[in-house]
Amino acid sequence: MAYSDKVLDHYENPRNVGVLDKDDPNVGTGMVGAPACGDVMRLQIKVNDDGIIEDAKFKTYGCGSAIASSSLVTEMVKGKTLEEVGEIRNKHIADELALPPVKIHCSVLAEDAIAAAIADIKAKRTEKDSSEAVAS
Amino acid sequence: MSSLNIPIYMDYSATTPVDERVAAKMAECLTKQGHFGNPASRSHPFGWHADELVEQARDNVATLLGANSKEIVWTSGATESDNLAIKGAARFNVKKGKHIVTLKTEHKAVLDTCRQLEREGFEVTYLDPMENGLLDMDAFKAALRDDTTVVSIMHVNNEIGVIQDIAAIGQITRERGIIFHVDAAQSPGKVAIDVNAMNVDLMSLCAHKVYGPKGIGALYVRRKPRIRLEAQIHGGGHERGMRSGTLATHQIVGMGEAFRIAHEEMDEENVRMGALRDRLWNGVSDMEEIYLNGDLEQRIPGNLNVSFNFVEGESLIMSMKDIAVSSGSACTSASLEPSYVLRAIGRNDELAHSSIRFTIGRFTTEEEIDFTIAKTREAVEKLRDLSPLWDMHKEGIDLDTVEWASH
Ligand SMILES: Cc1ncc(COP(=O)(O)O)c(C=O)c1O
Ligand code: FES
Repeated sequence: MAYSDKVLDHYENPRNVGVLDKDDPNVGTGMVGAPACGDVMRLQIKVNDDGIIEDAKFKTYGCGSAIASSSLVTEMVKGKTLEEVGEIRNKHIADELALPPVKIHCSVLAEDAIAAAIADIKAKRTEKDSSEAVAS
Repeated sequence: MSSLNIPIYMDYSATTPVDERVAAKMAECLTKQGHFGNPASRSHPFGWHADELVEQARDNVATLLGANSKEIVWTSGATESDNLAIKGAARFNVKKGKHIVTLKTEHKAVLDTCRQLEREGFEVTYLDPMENGLLDMDAFKAALRDDTTVVSIMHVNNEIGVIQDIAAIGQITRERGIIFHVDAAQSPGKVAIDVNAMNVDLMSLCAHKVYGPKGIGALYVRRKPRIRLEAQIHGGGHERGMRSGTLATHQIVGMGEAFRIAHEEMDEENVRMGALRDRLWNGVSDMEEIYLNGDLEQRIPGNLNVSFNFVEGESLIMSMKDIAVSSGSACTSASLEPSYVLRAIGRNDELAHSSIRFTIGRFTTEEEIDFTIAKTREAVEKLRDLSPLWDMHKEGIDLDTVEWASH
């Protein structure tokens, strides 16, 4: 299978590979996929008090397109608000990387990872808010 | 000093380059100056010469099998031979029974042929191999029925290189009067064949895995006791009616020469292949979490199939772009399914997803092996650094206990 230059670029030089502390209250972690399906994506976002994503890291087990999709996503989300990031659709990722039809599902996975990371940070924050409310 | 030609070919089980000696013989059968005649032309020397060459090639193929040249039928390749053998024998013997026994790790040319026969009302038992890839003889015996007419078991597996005990199977099928077909596409020049000692009735062969050209193969069809087939391709009645169509002289001559060389050089070549394969295995086997797929002993010397746990096969191939290897078989690597062969030998999905098949051959050098070792280690390390599963493994998390958000 031939890969687009953009996929190859992200694959050869993946951006923002790494791990953030998943217990940090400002970090949202999204892990999607399953080893049995041949793909697992972990996306982590660090959100500041203004609701802006300051940092993002990923690790991905999967094909080259899955790795490229998650690498691209870390670039796309940085500097954006959770609301803005929630608008990212797999189509944006697939178009940007020129993914062939059989690889669309890799970009869907990346969209799922974003949603999971947002859900995680939101859950953490509501928990925090409610515990603060009780304490006051 | 480096004489490495990049990319390095490590996919000899997918196909082989044509040996120069073979190409030279083939070239003599094409042009006006050469033996271009139709071997079926009985009325002039153009036909006679071509026919002579075809019969010489038939002898060469028969010799490698320990067969009589009258038992060789030319086809377009192993796929066609598998179709002709299984459909031909099953349909011819339909009054005796409609049950076929085969193995789950067979090539698709056998499995899909069996599926087609199922659609026509035949019943097929697909046996599970043991974990080492070999046929479980007890399960095999238990699967045979009074209405079993055809057994189809491959000799050498294309993915994991394991060698089935054909003689032991043949003894049983012969005793029970069941037709025994063997897909031996991967065997010539790698493991000795003797159709009589092995009691094989039908054997599929092709040239392009043995340094011959693509698009030519043969089916061995036993004469004593005589095996009868229903033809699948009808026409001018070539090949004693079993396979019509003008014989492709240059292809046939190529296959004959390839088989002659394979027969002559097998012992010597196997020693060399074995040493290279061991060098490759020794170069990677100390890495963590790697698994050899298929039995190490009952295996052709040129095959090494390894799963690199926590690394996905397609991305591994991508990062080993200087080395031509395959993940699963060439026929399935375009799809996203893990190898059905590895699933059949009981590998879990992760290991099945992380396999690489290295197959080495006549033109592989030590230098190429060393380069492959270095590139493989580098690629696996890079991808493990990227792998959340590797992180989890290192943290001591058992991945089987994790609840995955499957999609
Ligand atoms: C075991 C086996 N059977 C059948 C085939 C099909 O052979 P051919 O390409 O000659 O049709 C192959 C090769 O792909 C094979 O490895
Ligand atoms: S992640 Fe499954 S094919 Fe790319």
